[in-house]
Amino acid sequence: MSKLVKIAVRNLLRYKRRTLLTASLITLGVVFVLVFASVTGSFKAMMIAQNTDSMLGHLQVHRKGYVASIDSLPLNLNLRGGAIGRLEKILDAEPEIAAWSPRIKFGAMFSTFVETTSIRLNGIDPDRELEAVPLLAGRVVEGEKTLARGEIWVPELLVRGMKVKVGDMVVIVATNQDGSVNGRQFNVAGIMESATGPGGRDGYIHIEDAAEVLRLEEREISEVAVRLRNFSRLAAVSARLEGLLAAEVNQQGRPIFEVHTWEKLSPFFNIARMIDVMTFFMKLMLIAIVLVSIMNVMIMAVYERIREIGTIAAIGTRPGRILAMFLLEGLSLGVAGAVLGNIVGTVIILVLNAVHITYDFGRQKDLVVQAAVDPADLLMLSMIVIVISVVASLQPAFKASRMEPIKALRHV
Amino acid sequence: MGLIKAENVHKRYRVGETVIHALKGVSLTIGGGAFVSIVGPSGSGKTTLLNLIGCLDRPSEGRMTVAGTDVGGLGRRQGADFRGKNIGFIFQDFNLIPVLTVYENIEYPLLMVQDVPAPERSERVSALLREVGMEEQSNKRPDQISGGQKQRVAVARALVTSPALVLADEPTANLDHDTAYQVIELMKRMRDTFGTTFIFSTHDPKIVGEAEVVHTLEDGRLTGTRNAKEAGHEQAG
Ligand SMILES: Nc1ncnc2c1ncn2[C@@H]1O[C@H](COP(=O)(O)OP(=O)(O)OP(=O)(O)O)[C@@H](O)[C@H]1O
Ligand SMILES: [Mg+2]
Repeated sequence: MSKLVKIAVRNLLRYKRRTLLTASLITLGVVFVLVFASVTGSFKAMMIAQNTDSMLGHLQVHRKGYVASIDSLPLNLNLRGGAIGRLEKILDAEPEIAAWSPRIKFGAMFSTFVETTSIRLNGIDPDRELEAVPLLAGRVVEGEKTLARGEIWVPELLVRGMKVKVGDMVVIVATNQDGSVNGRQFNVAGIMESATGPGGRDGYIHIEDAAEVLRLEEREISEVAVRLRNFSRLAAVSARLEGLLAAEVNQQGRPIFEVHTWEKLSPFFNIARMIDVMTFFMKLMLIAIVLVSIMNVMIMAVYERIREIGTIAAIGTRPGRILAMFLLEGLSLGVAGAVLGNIVGTVIILVLNAVHITYDFGRQKDLVVQAAVDPADLLMLSMIVIVISVVASLQPAFKASRMEPIKALRHV
Repeated sequence: MGLIKAENVHKRYRVGETVIHALKGVSLTIGGGAFVSIVGPSGSGKTTLLNLIGCLDRPSEGRMTVAGTDVGGLGRRQGADFRGKNIGFIFQDFNLIPVLTVYENIEYPLLMVQDVPAPERSERVSALLREVGMEEQSNKRPDQISGGQKQRVAVARALVTSPALVLADEPTANLDHDTAYQVIELMKRMRDTFGTTFIFSTHDPKIVGEAEVVHTLEDGRLTGTRNAKEAGHEQAG
């Protein structure tokens, strides 16, 4: 076997320039895919983290039907009574949940005594909210990063239009479920930068203040944001949670709760998917490059060596062995390209990380490209290249193995 | 019972509409350890006959038996196995494998055809390198040695598997006269040493003189068989 490899490598080295060119082409392809996948992967991870960690949480639980009409923030679809207790019990019992935070969401009027506009508000328990969405406080660009009772974080866009400053008093007026109206003064504690996505332009107040403004007679929750210990377990945990919560039904036998992962809540999921699709097409192109370039080299190799093939066939080399010789030659070329590509690609990624390339994402400035080299990716890519190089050699190698020795020997 | 037995062998090639009748009923017997030459004008069918004996092609009609096997009935892989086991080949253009050294070229049939274990391989290759006088050149590539040396290596390669029969189609056509003579002498010496049957075709009358049995082909028919040991005796084919 090692002798076969030796013969394959020597035959490849016979046409050094051609072999080098082909190997470089494959290397280039591998490098492109590797760097692209890794840089876009880092962008995707950052984007997902921005979304989940600064507002959404990894997944959310609502009363059944809430998300479908989330635009109107319907108070009549809040969770209340025994349902809350049952939900709490299930969430607390789930070992893979790191934190969860209850919210009351409602629409209100925001008044500076001079001007009035509408605002969407989240009533939160600040300590729990920051455990569930740890980057939330980071969005407070001015003022305090803590939220006490009687205080409000106002979204930046509103601040500009209404000329509000930190420390100002404002009034929040909300319509309660029974149709009456209630108002309360709040102290502007912080100004929040907007985030792209649903809820990215909401204001925040304490959950107990929210209950007061809404004159809630019992405890109510509009949504629960959940953070997992391990984000990569999202699908499994959400499925399990869905199963557990589906067992909770109301008197009519209908499920009480609904579970949504961030993917179903954020438009960014489509961008993340688009990135995956692009990576997939890059891989398809790599496959095409490897297929065409190796097939080309192997067809040439067989054609140039017809008399040699005739010789070894005449002296008794079995067809299967001739096939193996040529397959091994294509394989060696593929392995060379894959190995070189992995090395060069990894070096480029390390260099990219080292030079701290920065970019802006929405209002996020100076994000650093932190591309990761995933060993599983390297392995996958190498496997693709190697398998395709063998596939590409199949036809020429088969042709070589089926040659009639006398015809091949007569070939000039 | 001869090593090779041809019985009324015909070979026809179809080229488009026309049929070329290259062998028109050849019958001959060649015994073990013979040193045989096949001569005849260009196009008389020498290569065709050697290809049939060498199990590289099948008769269109008649029977060709080599070492007790009817070679007409062998499939592609069986044919390869039969040749690898019983027949050595020497070619006009030497046909050494350019990426292999002299040593590796001789080793090739043991390694790639017969799967002989390493210690035995090196023993046999070394012995043959010595026999053909190419020990000094064993690490050179074919493009670094002369034509005569290449043909010596080819002789060693043909003999390394200890075949019963070695076929050489015009082995000296690309060599100058002295070198050609030396190669034929080498082949004869190998026959003496190993008892291998050698059959070679040639145009060169001086080389023909070295053969012990000469079969003459003309237009696809065997027209004469001369046995040098019974000098002058001429026999109709
Ligand atoms: N594969 C083939 N297809 C068609 N015709 C062929 C083929 N091989 C040989 N022939 C023809 O068969 C006849 C005998 O050819 P062969 O090669 O056996 O002659 P030869 O005695 O070896 O000649 P030379 O001395 O020129 O080598 C010739 O007419 C040749 O053209
Ligand atoms: Mg000929």
